[in-house]
Parts: sequence; C-alpha cells; structure tokens
Amino acid sequence: MTATQPSSTAAPEAPRGAPGARPGPIEAVPVRHPGRWIAAVLVLVIGIGSLSSILQNPNLDLPTVGEYLFKPLTIDGVLITLWLTAASMVMGVFGGIVVAVMRLSPNPVLSIAAMLFIWVFRGTPLLLQLIFWGFIGAFIPKIVIGIPFTSVEFWSFTTSDLIPATVAALLALGLNEMAYAAEIVRAGIQSVDHGQTEAAHSLGMSPAKTLRRVVLPQAMRVIIPPMGNETITMLKSTSLVAIVAGDDLMSNIREAYTQNYKIIPLLIVAAIWYLALTSILSIPQMWLERRYGRGFTGARPTIGSRVSTFTQSIALPSRESRAARASKKESAS
Amino acid sequence: MTTTIPQSAPAASVADRPMVEAVDVHKRFGSLEVLKGITMSVERGQVVCLLGPSGSGKSTFLRCINHLEQVDAGMIRVAGETVGYRERNGRLHELREKEVAAQRRKVGMVFQRFNLFPHMTALENVIEAPVQVAGRSRSQAKEQARALLAQVGLAEKADTYPAQLSGGQQQRVAIARALAMEPEVMLFDEPTSALDPELVGDVLDVMRGLAESGMTMIVVTHEIGFAREVGDVAVFMDGGVVVEAGDPAQVLVDPREERTRAFLSKVL
Repeated sequence: MTATQPSSTAAPEAPRGAPGARPGPIEAVPVRHPGRWIAAVLVLVIGIGSLSSILQNPNLDLPTVGEYLFKPLTIDGVLITLWLTAASMVMGVFGGIVVAVMRLSPNPVLSIAAMLFIWVFRGTPLLLQLIFWGFIGAFIPKIVIGIPFTSVEFWSFTTSDLIPATVAALLALGLNEMAYAAEIVRAGIQSVDHGQTEAAHSLGMSPAKTLRRVVLPQAMRVIIPPMGNETITMLKSTSLVAIVAGDDLMSNIREAYTQNYKIIPLLIVAAIWYLALTSILSIPQMWLERRYGRGFTGARPTIGSRVSTFTQSIALPSRESRAARASKKESAS
Repeated sequence: MTTTIPQSAPAASVADRPMVEAVDVHKRFGSLEVLKGITMSVERGQVVCLLGPSGSGKSTFLRCINHLEQVDAGMIRVAGETVGYRERNGRLHELREKEVAAQRRKVGMVFQRFNLFPHMTALENVIEAPVQVAGRSRSQAKEQARALLAQVGLAEKADTYPAQLSGGQQQRVAIARALAMEPEVMLFDEPTSALDPELVGDVLDVMRGLAESGMTMIVVTHEIGFAREVGDVAVFMDGGVVVEAGDPAQVLVDPREERTRAFLSKVL
C-alpha cells in the first residue's frame, strides 16, 4: 500500500495530459467598434465647444450668480419649495392610497366617487387648479358649518381668511398629486398576485390587515419608482406657485429679476438649486427601493458599471495581450 | 368515513361530530356548474384524498371548506360550525368578514403555488399570523416557528427569503406557516403539482409525518401512491360529483366505477 501510494496519486494526473487538459482562456481578436469612437469624439467636440462659448459669454455674469446663490432670499425660497414639495407629497400619497382603495372597493358609490375625483383632478391642468384655489374666495365667499338643506349655522368663515395663498397652493398641488398617486397605488395593488390575498385570508387575517401587512408592502416595490418621479416632478411643479403668490424659490427669483433685470444669471441660480435638490431626492428613492425590494432578486445597473462596460467595449487590445499573441505566434513557428 | 349524509344523532356533542361535514354542496361560476351536490364527512384524525381529472371540482370544493369560495346551495360544517353563516332562530345569517376570518383560523390551507409572502423571511412568514391574528408575543411565536421549521426540516433556513428557497422548501415553509395557527384541519390543494419531481418526496414526507401525528387532512392530489399509502379514504370526483369513495386500497386498485378505472389507467 505504502509503496504504491506515490504512483496512485500521480495516476489521476496522467490521463489528464495534453488532450484532456483544461483549455486556457480564449484569445480572440475582439470586434472593433469604430462607430463608437467617432460618436464619442463628435459628442465631446460639440459639448466642449458649446460649454466654452457659454462660459465666455459676457451676459452670463458669474459674479451675480455667485452673489444670489446663497442670498437669504434664495435660501428662504428653497426652504418654502422643500416644504411645499414635502407637504403636498405627503397629502398626495396618503390621500392617494385612500382614493385607490376606494377605487378598488366593491361598493359602487365609493368606486365611482374615486373615479370622478381622479377624472377631474387629472384631467385639468395644474396651473388652472392653482389659479382656481388661489381665487376660491371669488367662487365660495363664505364657508359655513351647519346642517345641510336648512338655515341652521354653527360657524361661518370668510374663505379668503381660511385659505391664504400658501394653503391654496398646497391644496392645489396636494389634490392634483392625490389623483396621480391614486392611479399609481392602484396599479401597485393590482400587481400583487391574488394568491397572496388568499393565503393571508386562509391564515385568518382580516381584509384590512391583509392590505396593510401583505398587499401594500409588496405593492410598494411597484409604487416607489414612479412615486420618486412624482416627487421630482412635484419639486419642479411648485415653481408654478409663482403665478398665485407663493414665497417659493421660483417666486422669489422672479421677484428679484423683475426688479434688477438680471434674468439669465438669476435663472441659473434657480436652475442650480433645482438640479441640486432633485439630485439629492434620488438618494432616499434608492434607499426605499432597496428596503421594499427585500426578498426580490435582480440587481440594477449602476452608472459606474455602465461606464466600465463601455470602456471595455471600446478598448483597443492592450499592449500585453498583443505581445502575448506575438510571442505565441513565434513559438508556434 | 361515509360519503352519505350522516344521520347525526340528536344529542351529539361537538367531539362526536365529524370534523368536516358537507351536505349537498353546489357551486357555479356563471353558467358553469362546478359542484353538483357534494356530500361527504371527514372524521377527526382522518386523511381524505380527493382525486379526479382537472375540472372535476375538487379544488373548488376544498376552497369552499374555508370560504375562499362561497357555496351556492347546501352547506359545510367545520367542527360543528356552519362555514360562512350563523344559524339563529332557524335562519341563516351571513357572517361578517371578521367573523369569517376567525372561522378560518381553525382551517389551515396549503396552496399549489405556495403563496408565501415574498417580502418576509421564512421565519417571518410563519410568525405573521400568530402575532398579527392570534395576538401572541413575538418571542413566543418565534420559538414556536423555529420548532415548526425544524419539524419540516428547514431549521437552518429561518432567515432566508422565499425567492432563495427551492419549490419544495417553499412548500414546506408554507405547511409550517399553516400549522402555526394550530388548525384543527389542514387542506392541501395539489401541494406537489408545481414541484420538480425530485422535490416531491420531501413535501410528501412532511405530510406523512403530519398524518401520523393525528392531523385531520383533506388532500387534493395526483399522487396515487401517497393516497394509497397515507390516505384513510380516497374520494374520486368527476364532473362535480363524487363518483366513488372508500378504502384507498379498493378505490385506487380495484375501482367499482368505470370512470374511476379510466382515470387511473391514464394516471398510472
């Protein structure tokens, strides 16, 4: 036994000699992509050209941009914009869930009411709704709390006192968002397999608990990406508030440039802020997507991975691999 | 086990009554009559296997037992209670959804497509109903869930999400999840039909163990071998009626009815 051991350990190696050996990595000439090179150069030339012409334009007035970028006027506007965005999204999402559940309800009154709500608020322009709520006092001068169809009044308010400009803006943005959010939530709820509801019911869960614990958490996966878009759209839509009154970023910037006529530099200030805010907003979206993606596999491509795939695909063969191929040719001959 | 209406003794206590009792159950979907008068009774601790061609109504009947489908005519009793209704002063009153939910706690169900909650780990799936429905403490529920997962041979998979489990493992978690509510009867709706052949055995082993522990089970299955070995009663259904029922050794080996014979010759 001991004598044969060395030969027996060598034995499995022997038949795996030249013909059966594991093949080395493939060395092939990669496909060339000259079109990609030409396109990349073209885009770079156009991009650098237009950027330098913009930067050399005397009307750009970078000192003014710098001056207004962190002025209290601008910062106050940014804060109001953020507040309006957050408040109307909260109103939109929670209201939207209620409207979506109503829309899916077997009760025809609830379902039709939800349908009508969505029909009106999704079917008219946001700008129109903003102006409408801004001038609601002209439509309904007094709000009365009493018994309907009688003259009994417990309390009455003048509408314009009850609904100042910011509340009007919030109502317009929030109600409009509710209609869109309702449709997104409905699509999310309907995307969850009916077997999930049956399983929850068979475990003795009530319909409300089934919705809250089983259906909505799974619907969130479908709901969050479009909701992220909605939030970014909302952040920009708040600029429409400038039409009624509002103290948001766009309103303040507009007020400033109507006085000093430095329109372009001030618009750049606003653009920088809107871009910064929308960029920051994509971070919580990513976090939420990961949170509600638990239990579901499938990775998303990152920008980094896309750049590296591109550089790999346009890379010329490296010097080492060319040298390796040359030396192989030599050894073969 | 009898498949005729049991002539229930006038003063029978709940313990004496059959676990599941179906009397002349009818069910239609639109113009299609799926169940045309099913009558059967399942005693406590019995394992009943429902067999038959697809479309014969066996799954529909199973779903009627825990009120996932509403019966059109006839009635079903589970542990003496009418499913979906309450009898008061000789009249039937429909139960509220909450009351139906409470009734379902007595009945565990295992689905063909598992229907595990994909956003929860195996352990979270098992503790969900005990915590949310039965109001048990999380720690108590977790302890019980670990024991159940061990019982189905998946103790080490407690923190795994369903998507990372094989079909057979998912189905065994689903069985553990149903058992966590301590049901009095377990319904299995083709539990192995969606599984790769080599995974069927593990699930059947768990079900066999469950049967041996005395659980009342109603199993819709195409596994003739399982029905013969584990089943106390085999019921052959076709076209919405019970064609033949009795000892599996007789029904599945030497059936009296021609339709049963034809079906078995195709399946075996």
